[in-house]
Amino acid sequence: MDKLLFGDNQFFGVNHMSEEKARAQAMRFQRTDAIMDVLDVAYDAGIRTFMCTTHDQISEVADRVRADPVRYSDFQFYPCMPYAHKYANAVTDHGMLGAIRHLMPNDGLFATALAGTKALASKEMDGIARAMIDMEMKMFTGAKTPVVFIQNVFADLLIGVGFHRAFRIFHDHIQEKYGAEPAYITMNMPLLLDILEKQGIERPIICSNINKIGFRMSGGYDAYLDALKSGRVRAVAMSVYASGAIPADEAIHWISELPGVESIVFGASSAGNIRGTKALVDKYIGGRRNP
Amino acid sequence: MADKINIAVVGLGKMGLSHYAIANVHPMANAVACDDSRFISDVLKKNAQVTIHSDYAKMLATQDLDAVVIATPSRLHASMASAALEKGLHVFCEKPFCLNWQDSLRLAELAKDKGVVTQVGYHYRYVGAFQEVRRILNSGALGNITHVQAEAYGPVVLRHRRSTWRTDNSEGGGCLYDYAAHPLNLLNWFFGTPTQVSGSVLTRVFSEDADDQVMSTLRWDNGPTAQLSVNWSDESHRKMSTKITMIGTNGRLFADRQECQLYLRNADPELPTYTKGWNVRYTTDLTDDVWFYLRGEEYSAQLDGFITAVAQGKPDLILNDFASATETDKTMSMILANADTGMPVGEAPIVTQPAPAKRRGWFRL
Repeated sequence: MDKLLFGDNQFFGVNHMSEEKARAQAMRFQRTDAIMDVLDVAYDAGIRTFMCTTHDQISEVADRVRADPVRYSDFQFYPCMPYAHKYANAVTDHGMLGAIRHLMPNDGLFATALAGTKALASKEMDGIARAMIDMEMKMFTGAKTPVVFIQNVFADLLIGVGFHRAFRIFHDHIQEKYGAEPAYITMNMPLLLDILEKQGIERPIICSNINKIGFRMSGGYDAYLDALKSGRVRAVAMSVYASGAIPADEAIHWISELPGVESIVFGASSAGNIRGTKALVDKYIGGRRNP
Repeated sequence: MADKINIAVVGLGKMGLSHYAIANVHPMANAVACDDSRFISDVLKKNAQVTIHSDYAKMLATQDLDAVVIATPSRLHASMASAALEKGLHVFCEKPFCLNWQDSLRLAELAKDKGVVTQVGYHYRYVGAFQEVRRILNSGALGNITHVQAEAYGPVVLRHRRSTWRTDNSEGGGCLYDYAAHPLNLLNWFFGTPTQVSGSVLTRVFSEDADDQVMSTLRWDNGPTAQLSVNWSDESHRKMSTKITMIGTNGRLFADRQECQLYLRNADPELPTYTKGWNVRYTTDLTDDVWFYLRGEEYSAQLDGFITAVAQGKPDLILNDFASATETDKTMSMILANADTGMPVGEAPIVTQPAPAKRRGWFRL
């Protein structure tokens, strides 16, 4: 993985500090051109990886990248699935079972499987999970996707209800079908790490909040540091600035001295902030590739 | 401190599943579930180690329980909460509490008699920014509050579609019960039950059997006039957004889930960290970390509050017990009655002349 990954919250009206700011960003980035302008700044600054949700608008970004293979020869996506609102809305509209029916492809296999709820529940869950992953991956066909994440709301729900085998289904399918590294976003890293190990998943790539002030590091700051020091996890740090609470230089310097952190993911929409973060990562963490 | 408490989550819809997930990993709780859907129970039994009951009454009779979390369609809340209270169980119920506020009152009294912990899922009371609003109000720093706007917007019903219980008034669905309940519950927390409700209009936009937007005017004795403006057919919001704005004699206050903005005409010694002029506090600074995060600290914090109060046997720890949710149910019934007849509901509020040079303690809201 690259040392620095570019995130996408800023493009979709997600701002943990202010709804006003979130709306201003939503206005600015409703045109894919505006997203591409920012991605171009990041790419030209040497940030090659775009870690993004499977939001509909991302498929337009993927189209642009595919359309210009010379310009974007090193551009890669780290998809994060599923885009939770899509599913939440479908559940509200159609109920839990209806949502699955609604979202599944209408081919023979699933039409048959979905005819009986019993069969659906007991036999076909693995198949449904794989079909959902394939649907989410469709927009990236032909683009580079060396690492694929499960989104945190989904991962944390699976942790909570105890459906831990789903992580294994995801892991195997991402490796087998896409030849990619399966990875996980969570707000509960130490807990997820234990669960993945019990599923036989060793040294997983886990993206979680990691910052100097312990902001949204559920399960406790010390448990995070212990997990990092143990060498059991390949961590991607998000919220390293803790939504602006930590000065940039101090935040990156602190992260650079932590063991176990392979990458930092950050979102920004101004050229200054993008180049600033890149310069800090170069200064404290160094070159592009991990050994 | 008791051993782990045994807790059953009833109704595995969107909220129930989220409550189950949070309770299931709580260090002080053993969680089981109850849902009559074959599909849900088959999936969970097959794929996760969940004890899942299909019959609520049988579960109450046979399972060793300390508490239940009721997350079924709203029309079932009263009878299910009642059955649990009769068994002496602690009860967390999703909002709205009861569709008939007389039921709410009866259950609040029953719970008090039994000495059990009760809570209703008004999670905004666990959002740091709204807790800060209450702290500011209690300090008196805003002066006499005269003008309030309570709003909620979001993208729930965006087109005509088949009815579900969520979009059927008779089942406890609709924008009033589902969305407006939240800002109303905050108003109740800040000011109590309104003295009078007028100007209520509930409008269908897309739904066949329920309101999609709610507007109303609420007034309190010697207190503010509040305008309620709620719409769940607003696609421009990514998810539900609830906001409160207040104007008082010493300034203006705005809060939503993210932040709390306070303009003070003059600094107040009762609110020492705030200065004259604009002050902004972010929820990220105002919120404590939780042991397990699923979809916002407030969801974990409210359930942790419930489980802790049960484990310690302290009903008073709860920010939103049945008695306080009864205020909200009563307020919603006033809005419905007012919308129905067009006649104001409740007496005209008492307005005494404000005392000159108001100070804390003798002219409080």
